Amino acid sequence: MIVEFGAFSLILAFVLSGAQAGFGFAGYRLRSAPLRGAAEGSAFGALIATLAAFLVLMFAFVTSDFSVQNVADNSHTDKPLIYKIAAVWGSHEGSMLLWNLALTGFGAAVAGFGGRLPKGLKGLTLAVQGLLGFVFLGYTVFASSPFVRLLDPPVQGASLNPVLQDPFLAIHPPFLYSGYVGFSVVFSFCVAALIEGRVDAAFARWVRPWALAAFSLLSVGIVLGSFWAYYELGWGGWWFWDPVENASFMPWLVGAALLHSAVVTEKRGALTGWTVFLGLSAFSFSMLGAFLVRSGVLGSVHAFAVDPKRGSILLVILALSVGAALSLFVWRAPSLKSGGLFALVSREGALVLNNLFLATAALTVAAGTLFPLIYQAATGHGLSVGAPFFNLTFGPLMGVCLLILPLGTFLSWKRASLGPVARKLAIAALFALVAGGVALAIFKTNALFTALGVFIAVWLILGALSELLSRAGLGRLGLGQVGRRLVSLPRGSWGMTLAHIGVGVFLLGAVVETAGRIEQAQVLHLGEAMRVGNVTLTLQSAEFHDGPNYTAERAVVRVDRQGQGAASSSRMTPERRFYPARRQTVSQVAIETHGGSDLYVVFGERREGARPSWLVRAYFNPFARLIFLGPLLIAAGGLLSLSDRRLRLAPGAKARVKPAGPVGVSA
Amino acid sequence: MSARTLVVALLGIFMLAGAAGDPAERLTDPKAEGRARALFREVRCLVCQNESIDDSEADLAADLRRVIRREVASGVSDSEVRAFLVARYGKFVLLKPPLDLSTLALWVLPFAALGGGAWLALSRKPSPPPAPLSPEECERLKGLAASPGDGANAA
Repeated sequence: MIVEFGAFSLILAFVLSGAQAGFGFAGYRLRSAPLRGAAEGSAFGALIATLAAFLVLMFAFVTSDFSVQNVADNSHTDKPLIYKIAAVWGSHEGSMLLWNLALTGFGAAVAGFGGRLPKGLKGLTLAVQGLLGFVFLGYTVFASSPFVRLLDPPVQGASLNPVLQDPFLAIHPPFLYSGYVGFSVVFSFCVAALIEGRVDAAFARWVRPWALAAFSLLSVGIVLGSFWAYYELGWGGWWFWDPVENASFMPWLVGAALLHSAVVTEKRGALTGWTVFLGLSAFSFSMLGAFLVRSGVLGSVHAFAVDPKRGSILLVILALSVGAALSLFVWRAPSLKSGGLFALVSREGALVLNNLFLATAALTVAAGTLFPLIYQAATGHGLSVGAPFFNLTFGPLMGVCLLILPLGTFLSWKRASLGPVARKLAIAALFALVAGGVALAIFKTNALFTALGVFIAVWLILGALSELLSRAGLGRLGLGQVGRRLVSLPRGSWGMTLAHIGVGVFLLGAVVETAGRIEQAQVLHLGEAMRVGNVTLTLQSAEFHDGPNYTAERAVVRVDRQGQGAASSSRMTPERRFYPARRQTVSQVAIETHGGSDLYVVFGERREGARPSWLVRAYFNPFARLIFLGPLLIAAGGLLSLSDRRLRLAPGAKARVKPAGPVGVSA
Repeated sequence: MSARTLVVALLGIFMLAGAAGDPAERLTDPKAEGRARALFREVRCLVCQNESIDDSEADLAADLRRVIRREVASGVSDSEVRAFLVARYGKFVLLKPPLDLSTLALWVLPFAALGGGAWLALSRKPSPPPAPLSPEECERLKGLAASPGDGANAA
């Protein structure tokens, strides 16, 4: 019965989203406050109904109700509770429900927190958001319902893929989807503003918090997924330029470009059309990603296996929403005012350059992801576009972009000169050069490339710190005063600094890990040892043990570290797990972290013989933790900016400008 | 086998990945081994979802590694190895699509987009420049400049 209530709630949410759209558009057309109020009420209602459906599905999973097909396909009574809950969004249908929950959640957030927005814009935004909800809830209700019952329920479920039974993977979809779908609000805002024909500084100020929230959540989602791949897939890779990873990376790149162009629109009233275009693109890429992951057109380890018919419906949804939005843009954009002249060397100029590189990078990722499909359709032959392509194209693009980043943060609006900026950045440049030189001396393979990467990373970190300190008055004021001013700097400044440091930290980790990784594989009998760098690993024992829903062979490996200072030793326990419900073997790696660097040990299959032996693989991944710390800093910077008073205040009207009368002519 | 089980089966293969360093497979000459490993990273495992044969533990990947190591050890150049692989499996086997007429669009696009974008940005006319001052306004301006004291005092 309760499952039927879930199905009913889902249909109710679908209807309420339709009502939200209808009331919203009618309220705008008729300038009617009650109708606008009805749209807001429908938005809250749609959220409550979707949440109810979501909780019902969760209940079905927790109670292992195998009469529900989705539960039977993805759950198992032996599974730990957290993975029963995570399995709610582990399948195509359930994750569509999560997508809808985010969609209606953001709609209700606009209704609830948009108090300072002009009524017309708010009503229209809610209407567009409602339309999106209507379309996606409709898709879920009619083509992907998670509440389908089985006539003949099985006694036991098929369980969730063991690879997915992992705490990080369990929590990453909620972040990822909030990020993807967060851009829907930006999309709705942009469509509403285009209909109204008003895009100005105030508009940019209203859009920016939503873009910041979506971008930060997406950053967290991507990094959790990447971290999962790093330790779960068993060889320490953390980014594969896999189509599904690219699908999450494209909206991220566009979101990053949007955050920067929105600043120009907010402060200088310039780039209005471009900002709107990016606002529409970010969610378009989110939808493209949803299509790619769910349609089965791309081969990827992360893809949901669904039948192509469902994919083609998604393609129609994608084409219609993006087509409509872009048509509206082409029709309305020429009428958008674009003010604010600026010189080439200026803050605006630097941000335009930033956008040029970020947008090109996003386009490159899109091209690399979609080209195999086009090629296959045109020639009938397969083509692979993998990591080497992206390293050769995306790499240099971002390299140049990051190289000019610190300069840009120092430039003043409208017109600037590079001389004083160069002086303020001299110390950062000097240290970065030293760091690059050290890298050149240490690394043997790809030394030049690695040195350049380390240089850029240190340049970014120190450049960001220099900017913050210089803003606080270092060099002009006493130290005590600088300290006080640092504390009272707006959170937006801290947020920007933190995010830029995050980029540098990530780059440092990525470059050093790639160049300095040591890999060793050896077949060991009990008691035998192998060396990785300055670490000796001894295989002490291998025992079988039982987990809640798997059996495992667990090794105990003694780790002896030589090197500077006192030698130390510790124990690591990598495992090989067998999940009988899915008849799958999964390697559970052991990782030990020392100062941001990881020792990563994988326990291989038992090889029978006179004495049994095992293939043990071990990696030393220097600075690996920075790869994951960097994006978290970026997200933290975004959230810090989000908490800035200036954004929260979001004045309902343009800043009051004193009427500039003719000066002193009246006399 | 349904698409779903296929994915799961492939995931299974994916899970056991990372065996290019298996001591049983390695070449003794470190230089040749380095060259072989670099080639592995450019070659797709044909039965996996999206991995190089350097990462994959699938049987076919191991076979390809053996073939490439043998070729490298016998002194065949990198480009000859690639040509051999393409002749046998098609361009699909290379993770880096070779630059030719059919892939020109892919390789040129990033740089064309950058150039085009830069050109657009530079040729951008933000808004029509303010209209030039009319003769009367010029006169007034001259009068203002000539009058003693600043505007505030004059008011």
